Amino acid sequence: MIRRFSTYLYNHPGVLLALLLGPPLGWMLVIYLGSLAALLFQSFYYLDGFTGQVVREFSFLTYRDLFSAAHMTIVLKTVVMALSVTIGSVLIAFPLAYYSVRYAGKRLKVLLYFAVLLPLWSSYIIRVYAWKLMLAKEGIVSWFFAQLGLSGVLEWLLSMPIVGGASLSVSNFGLFLVFTYIWLPYMILPIQASLERIPHSLLDASGDLGARPLQTFRRIVLPLALPGVVAGSIFTFSLTLGDYIIPSIIGDSTPFIGMAVYSYQGTAGNLPLAAAFTVLPMVMMVFYLLGARKAGAFDAL
Amino acid sequence: MKNKNLGLAITMWAVVTFLHIPFFVVMLYAFTTDSSTFTFPPPGLTFKWFGVAWSRADMWAALSLSTRVAAISTLVALVLGTLAAAAVYQSHFFGREAVSFLLVLPIALPGIVTGIALRAAMGEAGMTFNFWTIVIGHATFCVVVVYNNVLARFRRSNPSLVEASMDLGADGWQTFRYVVFPNISSALVAGGMLAFALSFDEVIVTTFTAGQQATLPIWIFSQLTKPRDRPVTNVVAFFVVIVTTLPILWALFQNRKFEEQTQND
Repeated sequence: MIRRFSTYLYNHPGVLLALLLGPPLGWMLVIYLGSLAALLFQSFYYLDGFTGQVVREFSFLTYRDLFSAAHMTIVLKTVVMALSVTIGSVLIAFPLAYYSVRYAGKRLKVLLYFAVLLPLWSSYIIRVYAWKLMLAKEGIVSWFFAQLGLSGVLEWLLSMPIVGGASLSVSNFGLFLVFTYIWLPYMILPIQASLERIPHSLLDASGDLGARPLQTFRRIVLPLALPGVVAGSIFTFSLTLGDYIIPSIIGDSTPFIGMAVYSYQGTAGNLPLAAAFTVLPMVMMVFYLLGARKAGAFDAL
Repeated sequence: MKNKNLGLAITMWAVVTFLHIPFFVVMLYAFTTDSSTFTFPPPGLTFKWFGVAWSRADMWAALSLSTRVAAISTLVALVLGTLAAAAVYQSHFFGREAVSFLLVLPIALPGIVTGIALRAAMGEAGMTFNFWTIVIGHATFCVVVVYNNVLARFRRSNPSLVEASMDLGADGWQTFRYVVFPNISSALVAGGMLAFALSFDEVIVTTFTAGQQATLPIWIFSQLTKPRDRPVTNVVAFFVVIVTTLPILWALFQNRKFEEQTQND
């Protein structure tokens, strides 16, 4: 029975394709895209201020509320953080990716492969918690600075407006550091992939034609690595936009988009506003993805 | 040139250290005698928190829930991910690119979007938030992990093996059973492990689909706000690091080994 059926499938690839594709596609379309659609609908409902009930009628009231000054401050703060984290990750990821592609021997390459992927797959919440321990006033980072006799540098950093705070773990700089740490592997991998693809002959040709190493780096390596950087930035930017765990553990607890969404749907019972808040990062990411596609970033993913 | 390399090498090792130091710090703190602050270096070392953590019923409940959720989600993801990978590999249908895009969307979009979208839809559908709503959310973002692993394996394996098997008289089922399945089985295990790790660890989507229950990450997150329970949190963190690292390394090693084999061929 099963044999005849399997032979039938071999001879009828169309039926086989339908059977293979049906379940996963059905799941994603119904559950995932269906949910996104429900979210979009939800954002056009509004909360009745008197009864505290959600009114299921089409209106722009929720969006008018969303574009108020207080809410826009939250959005701006989140976007600035996401951009800083993206830039920070590029600066830290590039040397590692470049070294592993250009200079590392076979064994070191394998070691680096594990060194980057292990943090990526291990527990996110534990890694955030580890930073809470490390950044505390009495924690290892302060201790390290004190050992080097550099406590003054740390105090100077913390005394700065906006980025500073009472200790690293409640400062915006600490928050930036943790975000960058957590998403760093997502930046390293695509940069590595795009650097791998640069043919060695191109670098030789550049040198033969009289370019100094720095010129070769700037005119040949950087432009060809750009798709990888853009691909990595999709993740660092998007993940920072939508995170609410890290800013509620680290930092000065002024709200980010994620925290606003969480509190509006929870205690406030204002699901429409929470939905409208998530539509913003969604729209941003769609434009970002379209731009990234133009930069050829999808080939580097 | 030599000096420039040295500078780059130092930077590279600094980044590697940066990536790994938190694991050692969090493991060290499981042994500290200090129960209220995060003093470094620890004033003393002790094993007593391991006993305290062991006797916490809420911790065991969270651990058990997380394990069950991750097991079921992984099973669903294995089935759906393998089917999708097979479909994309074996035929060139219209919209093939879109399938990959759709599958990666749940992890490419901010977690909060996936979370609140599922919550809105499940609420709309009148579902109560329980074990199964958590599983639905987790399975949705785990599919892509299995899909990527299995598809990569399909692309590296030799398509003429299947034809050879059929030419030698095997029927479709035998070909699947003795040629295709052994070929992808270690990719299934590796993909399954990574999916398990992803589900076991997920917290953002879970908070929206979980109702009153606490998975282990949610439990840890709630402990962080209670200073009294810090030593217990430290011990749990210690175990999570130990228990997750080995399977992850194993799964990564499997993928690596296969890549090297096919490169040598």
